[in-house]
Amino acid sequence: MSTDTLTPVLTDNWDQDRSWTLAAYEERGGYGALKKALAMRPDDVITAVKDSGLRGRGGAGFPTGMKWSFIPQDNPNPKYLVVNADESEPGTCKDVPLMMASPHTLIEGVIISSYAIRANQAFIYVRGEVLHVVRRLQRAVQEAYRAGHLGKDIHGYGYDLDLVIHAGAGAYICGEETALLDSLEGRRGQPRLRPPFPAVAGLYASPTVVNNVESIASVPSIIGRGADWFSAMGTEKSKGFGIFSLSGHVANPGQYEAPLGITLRTLIDLAGGIRNGHELKFWTPGGSSTPILTTEHLDVPLDFEAVGEAGSMLGTRALQLFDETTCVVRAVLRWTEFYKHESCGKCTPCREGTWWLVQTLANLEKGIGSEGDLDLLLDQCDNILGRAFCALGDGATSPISSSIQYFRDEYLAHLTEGGCPFDPVASTVFAAEGATS
Amino acid sequence: MTQVSTSSTSEGGGLSDATYGELREIAARYPQARSGLLPMLHLVQASEGRITPEGIEACADILGITAAEVSGVATFYTMYKRRPVGDYHVGVCTNTLCAVMGGDVIFERLKEHLDVGNDETTDDGAITLEHVECNAACDYAPVMMVNWEFMDNMTPQSATELVDDLRAGTEVHSTRGPRIVTWREAERVLAGFSDDLADEGPSAGPASLVGLGVARENGWTAPGNDAGGRTGSAAERKAESEPKQEEGQ
Repeated sequence: MSTDTLTPVLTDNWDQDRSWTLAAYEERGGYGALKKALAMRPDDVITAVKDSGLRGRGGAGFPTGMKWSFIPQDNPNPKYLVVNADESEPGTCKDVPLMMASPHTLIEGVIISSYAIRANQAFIYVRGEVLHVVRRLQRAVQEAYRAGHLGKDIHGYGYDLDLVIHAGAGAYICGEETALLDSLEGRRGQPRLRPPFPAVAGLYASPTVVNNVESIASVPSIIGRGADWFSAMGTEKSKGFGIFSLSGHVANPGQYEAPLGITLRTLIDLAGGIRNGHELKFWTPGGSSTPILTTEHLDVPLDFEAVGEAGSMLGTRALQLFDETTCVVRAVLRWTEFYKHESCGKCTPCREGTWWLVQTLANLEKGIGSEGDLDLLLDQCDNILGRAFCALGDGATSPISSSIQYFRDEYLAHLTEGGCPFDPVASTVFAAEGATS
Repeated sequence: MTQVSTSSTSEGGGLSDATYGELREIAARYPQARSGLLPMLHLVQASEGRITPEGIEACADILGITAAEVSGVATFYTMYKRRPVGDYHVGVCTNTLCAVMGGDVIFERLKEHLDVGNDETTDDGAITLEHVECNAACDYAPVMMVNWEFMDNMTPQSATELVDDLRAGTEVHSTRGPRIVTWREAERVLAGFSDDLADEGPSAGPASLVGLGVARENGWTAPGNDAGGRTGSAAERKAESEPKQEEGQ
């Protein structure tokens, strides 16, 4: 069976009038999958999601159905579902438009998923810096209660569920699932030691599933249209569709929903090419924490396996594209400053290491230092990677080590020229318009 | 920089009874009250214009934890401000992608135009300028946020016009949302108290729809299935929407 190049499912109703309302969502068959799920045994819902091959859309790619099956049903504590809507990984911009345009897709997914794991309380932890998304979620929850999709004895099936929209307060680390749970408990958002994993001891030390927005939003379509329908899309081990977010120096940046395995070459073509008169230089496949790739990787299938083999990670499919006007050292320094700012301070390698990285990089960008500083940077990365408490520290090393691998000469050019050889204005969107004066 | 009046409600330093009641209301939303702390601190900001010592004491009192524990949380998160914030918190994304696309130029221009540094407030108390991290709108770069509403595809010129309008009291709309409310009003929504503006603004901005548009032009859809799904043309979907309601029961 051949699949179309783009396969709008989650994005399919975004152009509908007032798509965020319950009326618009139900007009297109919304909440049909919920009623179907409630007529199933919870374990059968888990099996369907397992069979679909859905893997976590928040970056790590862990099989969603398997995560659900780890919830110990004989544990006497309440079970919880927590949606990670703390979308903050630089380059990632898919969950926010989804929740803005179609919050009910997520909420229907929350109810089905909570039913499957037998949770009677769910939370959507949304970052606080997206006010209108918070409004749309709050309104959608209100509508869902009124329609009997949430609350007591949902549609007469004897199942109860309450859902709280919880706004965060500005901390990238809260996208890490155990830090998110600490934050949701009213604490500083710092990651926890694992094991125990959240499935065993998560929120309030009770069995908890934490899933990304897009993962949960994919569940209604899987239940409504079948596991086989979902797994017919994508590649052998990376099933289904995903939202690919193109940003940067491309003619038409935006959201492109396609089967996993589409290539960047195809996506750039659909997006009208790299901006006029320029060419691609480097890109991230899945956010700033995934090692950068170059033009030699344009034909890598964008699925978990192939991007891994190419030396990076699929991550959140946050494709940030930079053309030849962009200084890679400046780009990497800025990301490194971000990790330094967002390091939670819990573990030494990350807390201290990110400061050292910024210091070394900032000097190099100004043309201060020697070629030996590149080895120093890589040595610092070695002391963070695999030694930090959570993935933030590992992620901080990705742009540095990958950029030195592909653009060592550009680092050295900063030293020989005594500073950055690039004109930062040339890379701006308004460079051609003369609007910078 | 100048002092902005801290609050109209905190006479003698204490929180109003109404605010105190709402703080309790937030705590009651959760199976364990302490989970309410983040939204409670948002409400303190809505009421007091910043995180005040009195606000910290009130949260500690309601949750039965120490003021030091509340302070530890309040100082961890960047959205909580210990100094008064202007009516409009203006954020400029200077994470890599936005910075490269023009965010750095915009931020420099605004510092100059408003005569403030990072995280400082204009003399008239209207605007607090801050550079922010990635706000999940990279397809609209360079991005600015006003009171955490999206201002997409900015230029140095549109940025200076924006802050001039805000200072002049001209009504400003988010490019993908409603008219901009004040920072305190926004904080109240984040605390979980609706302002009924959810229905304002579009479903999605243009960049969010660009892939969908390409799919529509080419007639591309997700594969259909026997049970009938949400794929196919708009007309087919409409025809299917009726039976689908009954099919899932």
